[in-house]
Amino acid sequence: MKLTLKIWRQKNAQDKGRMVTYPIDGIDGDMSFLEMLDVLNDGLVSRGEEPVVFDHDCREGICGSCSLQINGEPHGPDRLITTCQLHMRKFSDGDTIVIEPFRAKAFPVIKDLMVDRSAFDRIQQAGGFISVNTSGNTIDANAIPIPKNDADHAFNAAACIGCGACVAACKNASAMLFTSAKVSQYALLPQGRVEATQRVLNMVAQMDEEGFGNCTNTGACEIECPKGISLENIARLNRELLSAQLKG
Amino acid sequence: MSLDSKIPQGPIAEKWTKHKTLIDLVNPANKRNIDVIVVGTGLAGGSTAASLAELGYNVKTFCYQDSPRRAHSIAAQGGINAAKNYQGDGDSTYRLFYDTIKGGDYRSREANVHRLAEVSGNIIDQCVAQGVPFAREYGGLLDNRSFGGVQVSRTFYAKGQTGQQLLLGAYSAMNRQINRGKIKPYNRHEMLDLVIVDGKARGIIARNLVTGELERHSAHAVVIASGGYGNVFFLSTNAMGSNVTAAWKIHKKGAYFANPCYTQIHPTCIPVSGDHQSKLTLMSESLRNDGRIWVPAKLEDAQAIREGRLKPTQIKEEDRDYFLERRYPSFGNLVPRDVASRAAKERCDAGHGVNKTGEAVYLDFGSAIMRYGKEKAIMQHLHDASDEKIRELGEAVVEAKYGNLFQMYEKIVDQNPYKTPMMIYPAVHYTMGGVWVDYNLMTTIPGCYAAGEANFSDHGANRLGASALMQGLADGYFVLPYTIGDYLADDIRTGAISTDSPEFDAAEKQVQETIDKLLANKGSKPVDHFHKRLGKIMWNKCGMSRNEKELKEAIAEIKALREEFWRDVRVPGSAHELNQELEKAMRVADFLELGELFAKDALHRNESCGGHFREEYQTQDGEALRDDENFMYVAAWEYKGAPEDAVLHKEPLAYENIQVKTRSYK
Repeated sequence: MKLTLKIWRQKNAQDKGRMVTYPIDGIDGDMSFLEMLDVLNDGLVSRGEEPVVFDHDCREGICGSCSLQINGEPHGPDRLITTCQLHMRKFSDGDTIVIEPFRAKAFPVIKDLMVDRSAFDRIQQAGGFISVNTSGNTIDANAIPIPKNDADHAFNAAACIGCGACVAACKNASAMLFTSAKVSQYALLPQGRVEATQRVLNMVAQMDEEGFGNCTNTGACEIECPKGISLENIARLNRELLSAQLKG
Repeated sequence: MSLDSKIPQGPIAEKWTKHKTLIDLVNPANKRNIDVIVVGTGLAGGSTAASLAELGYNVKTFCYQDSPRRAHSIAAQGGINAAKNYQGDGDSTYRLFYDTIKGGDYRSREANVHRLAEVSGNIIDQCVAQGVPFAREYGGLLDNRSFGGVQVSRTFYAKGQTGQQLLLGAYSAMNRQINRGKIKPYNRHEMLDLVIVDGKARGIIARNLVTGELERHSAHAVVIASGGYGNVFFLSTNAMGSNVTAAWKIHKKGAYFANPCYTQIHPTCIPVSGDHQSKLTLMSESLRNDGRIWVPAKLEDAQAIREGRLKPTQIKEEDRDYFLERRYPSFGNLVPRDVASRAAKERCDAGHGVNKTGEAVYLDFGSAIMRYGKEKAIMQHLHDASDEKIRELGEAVVEAKYGNLFQMYEKIVDQNPYKTPMMIYPAVHYTMGGVWVDYNLMTTIPGCYAAGEANFSDHGANRLGASALMQGLADGYFVLPYTIGDYLADDIRTGAISTDSPEFDAAEKQVQETIDKLLANKGSKPVDHFHKRLGKIMWNKCGMSRNEKELKEAIAEIKALREEFWRDVRVPGSAHELNQELEKAMRVADFLELGELFAKDALHRNESCGGHFREEYQTQDGEALRDDENFMYVAAWEYKGAPEDAVLHKEPLAYENIQVKTRSYK
């Protein structure tokens, strides 16, 4: 396959940045999207140019590192996958592909296609945990039966990989899907109920402080989420928040 | 230096309890004056950091990723073992201990493994209390499944994302301590050297990967939890950034490196598709609960399949060779990983491979789908259900169990594994070898510890499935918090360690010189070029089967490649910025040294055991042939300037609670 790549290049956080066009040839349908970028970078380094910087690590769709906006969509045109799982067979010979970083005020660009998503960590630090010590001095794991349905829903929420596609997809750059996934996981489990009130208040306050936008229930986040995190979680967060505010 | 494993006296079942009650403690007020550095934030590092911070120590964590949550433990799929015996199928602490020792082919330390089995149940209690959403049955209790090499169901799981859920649990425990100010996370930082002051580990040199600055960090103890070195093969199931650098740097500063040749080649990975490939993807071992592994029995059928003239579904039952069930009737498809991998290679080498390259076998869910479908039909009172209906019901059951793995397979291979069997082939997955540690997980450098995959301690020559997660969390939650206090009890009057010392100066200078040298090189080839060539040497000559001639060739070739790397590598950009090529170059430079020690270790071990299969040492029917008389020891290598000069130290292994036998899964 012969392709034309239009890639965002930005030297550092201070640089203004620009789109640069790179023609590329010899791309095979079985390559992953990131392997296609490896080929590009290999060529750039061999010619003495600086390679395109992008985040990636596990390359099997679970670490949440990769983060590209491909032709305007987070993680590209396919559904329920991350960029590292996108394969070039989804493109055709002669295509032009536009590659940008995830865009959001709360995700400043570090270099080229790499952004700073530490705001997500800070939201988790504000309340994304259950306050138990790790001493192991707790009750037996089977002491509290949990209905399978609740456990399954908690798992589905907990499957979030923290990639930030929800923020990049949202016209308001809202982090509601991300935050609600964690709030939901714990809200659905008896262990998490104990601190539910403080958790939702603290996590939402941190989310607002980081500069993410508000949620207007558009639903683009759910469509672009590589792990299929459901909008129901946002509804659950809103219920939790309302009840916490009434209590508080 | 002589090796002292510091195994406590007494009966094996009492060693750990007794040890915990006898070791020194640090009182809470003094813990506030003690700093600990943890390198790596996966299951071992994350759980260590959270536990030490809870106890009151000041912890700094380091990871090269942008968040602790992205460490590669996240990718572990299948599950975590624990001797809970919830299924009432005969499990016990002793059985988990026994299975692990046998699975490791009698090359691991009894006392460590017993401790692991003892604390395993508590790990599950702990994780449930943290809100880890394990799979449950309709009655609300936890569900289990089986993994290879055992005859009980003791594996707890969260779909095919168990590692993710456990890591997010450890990450949440870390976040609680970050929120309290007890952990300072240094993300996008890479440790590049260890600093030793007066014979004790007192800090590290780390590079801030965003600004490129070298930073000095001091502490009273340093824990290395940086994972394994499978990426020495270039292609592996490890993450792209997984590396040996932290472990290798402490090795060069005096920590012995144990059993580097013990590598786990996992039988069920998606086969290599071409030269551009950057990594391999695992298909969880849990799939072998229901999937049956086979190749066409007739060579002409295999050839027709490779040429695309025949489909696997067209091959009749009697023309299929379910080679694991045939060779190992009592364990069948659930033999341990090393055994399954070698058996697949044997069939492919004999010409029965099924993809274009001839290096793939089938993992077939056809019979499981029909079996589950029939069960469902009975439950739904569908007495005359058609085959089509049964298949539909069965596919739904399989999807509920393994849905995310099937989806992952389909995205990569572009084939529907519900309709046609998966193709799989062995790939490098885990390294049992690692930094030598004593019973307290301390390396041969006082104050420097190693935990999780980075150490060598629990899995011998082969690790059983679902035991890596168990070990990582056991080390971090339940072992180090005790043993590190014993060491730090002597440090309560030391006060803060200054970074303004000749030792820090020297370590930083050395790192700076390496960076400058790489950037000034102006060679002609990118880092990956050398990494790929190293990987080919390792896979072809130090892979699933090894022999004296090829190991000797490998040593010479790796040495030559290392020289060529330093002569001809090209690293663009500068030191004072984010520079991914420079990061890779530093890692590959270390792999080029480790690879040679790996081959040297494999060459010296004149026996076959677990993942180390020497062609010269096998039984008539191709099984591994151990030499207990001469090789029942841990090979711990001391660094002496170049891999070829490494000096061997032996820690003899004694089995007092298990009878050493030929490992058989027949």
